[in-house]
Amino acid sequence: MKYILMMNTMRAGQGVIEWPKKDLQAHIAFMIGLNKELRASGELVSAEGLSFPDQAKLVRAGKDGLPITDGVFPEGKEFLAGYWIVDVDTPERAYAIAARASAAPGPGGAPLNMPIEVRPVMSGPPPETL
Amino acid sequence: MTTKPLDPAAEHLLRELAPQVLGAVMRRFRDFAVAEDAVQEALIAAFMQWPQEGIPENPRGWLIQVASRRMTDHVRSDVARRHRETAVAMEVEAAAPALDLEPDMDLDDTLILLFMCCHPALTSPSAIALTLRAVGGLTTGEIANAFLVPESTMAQRISRAKQSIKTSGVPFRLPTPQERAERLPAVLHVLYLIFNEGYTSSVGPELQRLDLAREAIRLSRSVQKLIPDDAEVAGLLALMLLTDARRAARTGPDGELIPLTKQDRTLWDRTEISEGIALLTAALAKGSVGAYQLQAAVAAVHDEAPRAEDTDWPQILALYELLKRMSDNPMVTLNQAIAAAMVHGPSKGLELLRALDADNRLAGHYRLDAVRAHLLEMAGDHEAAITHYRIAAGRTTSIPERNYLMTQAARLGENTTGHRSDHSSC
Repeated sequence: MKYILMMNTMRAGQGVIEWPKKDLQAHIAFMIGLNKELRASGELVSAEGLSFPDQAKLVRAGKDGLPITDGVFPEGKEFLAGYWIVDVDTPERAYAIAARASAAPGPGGAPLNMPIEVRPVMSGPPPETL
Repeated sequence: MTTKPLDPAAEHLLRELAPQVLGAVMRRFRDFAVAEDAVQEALIAAFMQWPQEGIPENPRGWLIQVASRRMTDHVRSDVARRHRETAVAMEVEAAAPALDLEPDMDLDDTLILLFMCCHPALTSPSAIALTLRAVGGLTTGEIANAFLVPESTMAQRISRAKQSIKTSGVPFRLPTPQERAERLPAVLHVLYLIFNEGYTSSVGPELQRLDLAREAIRLSRSVQKLIPDDAEVAGLLALMLLTDARRAARTGPDGELIPLTKQDRTLWDRTEISEGIALLTAALAKGSVGAYQLQAAVAAVHDEAPRAEDTDWPQILALYELLKRMSDNPMVTLNQAIAAAMVHGPSKGLELLRALDADNRLAGHYRLDAVRAHLLEMAGDHEAAITHYRIAAGRTTSIPERNYLMTQAARLGENTTGHRSDHSSC
């Protein structure tokens, strides 16, 4: 059963970019370690980190079908910072992985306990009749 | 590296030989995990070399040679690593008698391996992956592609599965008759899951995926040849054939699900149907009826009806009642409810569903809502039917299934004149 684990951050405030070097390195090392673990356990399908929200463009089709881009976002909005797709035996296991990611170290090494949205990916398993 | 692909006959030969070669290598070197890797490398070597150089005169011997060479390399590097050259080298000599070519051991090897791969210590996904590789002779890449995960992830899963087997200390020998009786159901279940995975996901972007349903049929055929006296093995193979026969009719051009009642029955595969029915008839005559035989019998009743309205529902209902007595499984009750509705009317079916509401094993399962929606539609309660089609659509984890259920709700919403039933038990 595949699940997507989505890590959201606020546009302002939770800026990893402003952390002291030591905290930043601890955070990065934690994320690399987590991905390594998931690869070793045979559960990782994919993991991607996204660029900072200031690189984001909101695109809509105009009347002519051509893209109209917009780059200004409200301050309070949450942004997808990255995601994991894992293939696990139970939903509980997906929640446990999400909890690990949630507790990634933040400033001063304290766990961030950030919210991770967990949702099934539409990929089976097929219904069993027996 | 560009290579011509191996032709289908040669590929088939490779797959048949894979477990035999592994068995032979295992008997020489005893280490299942390493032997399995070595055979995988030999298979990949064959995939690369055979199209250029032709199939060797003795393909089995060729594969054993290549795999054994890999084993020896592995043991040597292991030795070097451990700085215990003399002692281990002697051990290797002792453990590696002359190349054995006793073909009568081969068939047993396939069975031994199958029982090993379907070991109770493994989760189903691990057992499936390992079975496909060690017994099915598929490459890690093919298996990964079939389950839409990266190759490295699948490789890890397989190596962990082998580790679990190693830890469990199963000896490499045929299970005793008692062990065999105890563990055969787990083996059949793994084969059934492989089939089910392939059969239900044969849509859309998955078209280029390896044909798991066909692979499950191939593996079940070899098990049936090895254990011809077991009625449930034959029952499982019959169930696969009788279900697979409807494959071409089961989905539309864009992968949309077509329910059994709406399928173009001229597309059903008559050869598979007659083979399945012959197998089932012989199995039932043995007098030890089991769940797979009963499921196959239900499939046969559907397959034998020239039109949906000719379906012998009373017989299907009787079969589900038997099945229910045999296994306490809520999925059986769900199917029984559909059959009961077809025989005695929807209220009888809905009554059976009410008994399932308290069953924790089905809590939140979309199938319960899907069947309830269908029976409510039959009963003419379209509003409630729409509600349950929508609940079911929200709960399934399959896109074609969700599209089907949403479409049912939309159809009922637009058209309140009430259609004849069409259910997704396809």
